[in-house]
Amino acid sequence: MRNYRSRAARLGALATVAVVVLSACGGGSIEEQTEANEEAASDAGGECGDLNMAVNPWVGYEASAYVVGTVAQDQLGCTVNYKELKEDVSWQGFGTGEVDVVIEDWGHPDLEKKFFAEEGDGTAEDFGPQGNVGIIGWFVPPWLAEEHPDILEWENLNKYASEFATSESGGKGQFLGADPSYVQFDEAIVSNLDLDFKVVFSGSEAASIEAFRKAEENKEWVIGYWYEPQYFNAEVAMQRVALPPYEEGCQDDPQEVACDYPETDLKKIVGTEWAASDSTAVDLVRNFTWTNEDQNVVAAYIAEDGMSPEDAAAKWIEENQDKVDAWLG
Amino acid sequence: MTATISPSPTPKPVEPGAPPPAEEQTSISRWIPAAVILAAWVVVWYFTNGTQTLALPGTSRTDLHDRLTEFQNELLAGRATNPVMQFTNAIADALRSAVEWLQRMVVLPNFPRPVPEIGWLGVVALATYVGLVVASWRIALLVAASFLSFGVLGYWEDSLDLLIITGISVVLAVVIGLPLAVLIGTNRRANQVVTPFLDFMQTMPTFVYLLPIVLFFGIGPSAAVVSTLIYALPPLIRIAGFGIREVSATTVEATDSAGQTYWQRLFKVQVPMARKTIIVGLNQTTLAALSMATLAAFVNGPGLGKPVLAGLRINDVGTAFVPGALIVVMAVMLDRATTAASERAEKVARGGGGDPRVRRGLIIGGGVATLVAIYLSRTYVGLAEFPAYSIGDRVASAVSDGVDWFTGTFGGATEWIKDLITNQFLNRTQALLADSPWWLAFVALAALALVFGGVRALVSTVVCLAGIWYFDLWHDAMITLNMTLVATVLVMVLALVFGVWMARDRRVDLGLRPLLDAGQTIPPFVYLIPVLALFGPSRFTAITAGIVYAAPAAIKLVADGVKGVSPTTIEAGRSTGQTTWQEITKVQLPMARGSLVLATNQGLLYVLAMTVIGGLVGAGALGYDVVYGFARSEAWGKGLAAGITIVLLGVMLDRITRAAADVRRDDGPGPRRAFHLRLPIGPPNN
Repeated sequence: MRNYRSRAARLGALATVAVVVLSACGGGSIEEQTEANEEAASDAGGECGDLNMAVNPWVGYEASAYVVGTVAQDQLGCTVNYKELKEDVSWQGFGTGEVDVVIEDWGHPDLEKKFFAEEGDGTAEDFGPQGNVGIIGWFVPPWLAEEHPDILEWENLNKYASEFATSESGGKGQFLGADPSYVQFDEAIVSNLDLDFKVVFSGSEAASIEAFRKAEENKEWVIGYWYEPQYFNAEVAMQRVALPPYEEGCQDDPQEVACDYPETDLKKIVGTEWAASDSTAVDLVRNFTWTNEDQNVVAAYIAEDGMSPEDAAAKWIEENQDKVDAWLG
Repeated sequence: MTATISPSPTPKPVEPGAPPPAEEQTSISRWIPAAVILAAWVVVWYFTNGTQTLALPGTSRTDLHDRLTEFQNELLAGRATNPVMQFTNAIADALRSAVEWLQRMVVLPNFPRPVPEIGWLGVVALATYVGLVVASWRIALLVAASFLSFGVLGYWEDSLDLLIITGISVVLAVVIGLPLAVLIGTNRRANQVVTPFLDFMQTMPTFVYLLPIVLFFGIGPSAAVVSTLIYALPPLIRIAGFGIREVSATTVEATDSAGQTYWQRLFKVQVPMARKTIIVGLNQTTLAALSMATLAAFVNGPGLGKPVLAGLRINDVGTAFVPGALIVVMAVMLDRATTAASERAEKVARGGGGDPRVRRGLIIGGGVATLVAIYLSRTYVGLAEFPAYSIGDRVASAVSDGVDWFTGTFGGATEWIKDLITNQFLNRTQALLADSPWWLAFVALAALALVFGGVRALVSTVVCLAGIWYFDLWHDAMITLNMTLVATVLVMVLALVFGVWMARDRRVDLGLRPLLDAGQTIPPFVYLIPVLALFGPSRFTAITAGIVYAAPAAIKLVADGVKGVSPTTIEAGRSTGQTTWQEITKVQLPMARGSLVLATNQGLLYVLAMTVIGGLVGAGALGYDVVYGFARSEAWGKGLAAGITIVLLGVMLDRITRAAADVRRDDGPGPRRAFHLRLPIGPPNN
């Protein structure tokens, strides 16, 4: 028993010594910084306040969100809260003030109906295009486009259908559908164009990317729903297959679609209440616009070089202060 | 008080000398009608396949689905005036401020301070001290090592956030769950009423209720706590209720005769005697709460789930692996600490637990050291902010490289295995289940349920199938059912091989257990990317993910069952000179049959719990429908219908296997009782 007690005492002593030693290399004092912060707080006007930036789950979006957020934080002094949410949840957040900005919207007619003033509760509003152009379509990996150039016309797809067959596609060619978040008419297009294909949904962007990457590496036959801007296109330059061209109204009835996807101007959507506030970030978001190339650069910093979104954004801002100045007006 | 009562609240022992009467006859005879039904099914299928399959394209919806969506839309439209939502929003505000207060204490800078109130050194010291006080110095070391690993690997803030969310959820689970457990433990009718709700909470995929939760409780910490609570509450209620119910009737009667009141009986007899089981429930609840980490991140819930999802977003397995592994570390730490704490409490209650003076010395000494550490961590920046190390990044890139090498080297072989199993096995059974006209599959499944589980199973099956038919996703349900069955067959093959091996060789057991624990706790999102790289988006990928998750539970159950076979029986066999193979197949497995049925039951439910993950990797069917409903709110009703269909499939499979186990008279009371508990719980993420 005596033994135990001395062990306890030794343990305590050891801990104390360790703590004291650690404190010696403990760096600066917290008290000084606290005082500095207090002074800074009383100096600052606090014109910007909080900026609640939704971060939808794809890298391109992340690039736009963090570039705007970093400018707001470093150059306007905002407190930026990034909220990782899917699109529909983000839109719900406008009404409660939990979300102020969705920086890259690919078009959600159903959500606009619910939340825009015309038909819905008016908690959200369109803040204009953000410069990126969304291109959606049917894509094949580059090796396939090179070896069989005629595959880039939809009329020739049936000729190759059997090559695309997998254990999932029940004897037909497999068409890889995408993450369910995206608008897709592929099942209708396949049946209305009499293509000998079956749509198999990859279920997530990660699954699609892995499939395309593997296909290019091993020269496998894959065709699927894909889009641009997308960082992965820098690694594997996916090639677009031409479908019957898009015409106004050809996608109105989802069952009857037999045409290609239109090009989409990606938009900024913001909370109505926030937009009416006097936060200096409102003008920044209103003025923000950049190109697909810009976004792909930042997205590649994040996805290819493994930088944190904050660092990636800061790097781009440093290299492109002229563009940033235009947003700040 | 407790000292006067028999201190062993363990459930009634297995009745000795209840030898399994050989029921070989009945169990073989059941396969004959089953084969007849199957043959008739195939014959009718041959003439009718491909008709009336009720197939619905992936992005189509029915009127029923739209009506369900309308319900959610109406809630949304009325959110400003809905009194229920105003009430839940008030709760959400309270939860949010509780989380934020704790974050300012230990994670986030508490303005104007540049750092939290208590820095990393203080937090580590405090946690270690708690481990020392409630358990032992071994646990204290484990806690310290775990906390340091959070920081050294670079996820200090996210780890503490997760601990905060888990802690608040578990506290709420105790506050809400214990009274309910007492209720179902002392009242038979209440038990019958509550159980279906618990089934529902545990099998309904989280993606289905995330949108309504956001509506009622907002985004972020409050939504994270509530969704975690919904999933983590049932184990505590079930297991604690079970413990209270199982308190020996003789003890209750004996103390009743002394004229005690209801409350005296409850607090002086039933609860103390069930304490050990209640702690098991608490332990399971804690692990279930942790398994929600990645899902909560879908609604901006703070914690380690966020970096896991970030890794998934950039398809980088290494980035997702490190935080995923830390979730496992945290689970192991909490599991071992709560178990050790309950064992210690048990010892102390029996008057053990070492010399109190030594203990007091330890507690005082440790307390002083902890206070000093907290003081220092409040004073020096270097002891407040965890220093940055690069080791986490190095581990991440090593893992990525290793996985790249593996998929590059074995990619061809795995493709071959996938095609073999899919074409020879999966596609054939799917053709029978999903390409049959719906009425044919309906009748055939009901008939099989009757053969294996008797009338009770038949009734449950007919009710569940009727429900599935009603929700307009029959074809998808059959595809999911087929994947679940095939995956469970593979799970059971693994369970038999490894379970028997573990039971027969202690070293194998010791070596495999940590791997099995990790397989059960690591978020599936972590291994999705390498599995995708090996097999591409396909049903087989989904099945693989299901196996990784379900096999550990089944293997453990089989191993424990085989180990439980009485050594005398084995000795008796050995003396007659039987071979090892004979020993396994004629003695150990037949005698552990109850465990095998339980393992099958758990395997089915665990695989089913991975349905939604399957939807993310190309398996389509119900999993895809759920993900679709969560991703696009105009299809929410379809996601809800798919979620309910998954619940119905789960109830159906559970009732059939349970009834099948009850039909057999030969399983010991242990496993059969465990059915009513449905241990161990933890479906992760769906």
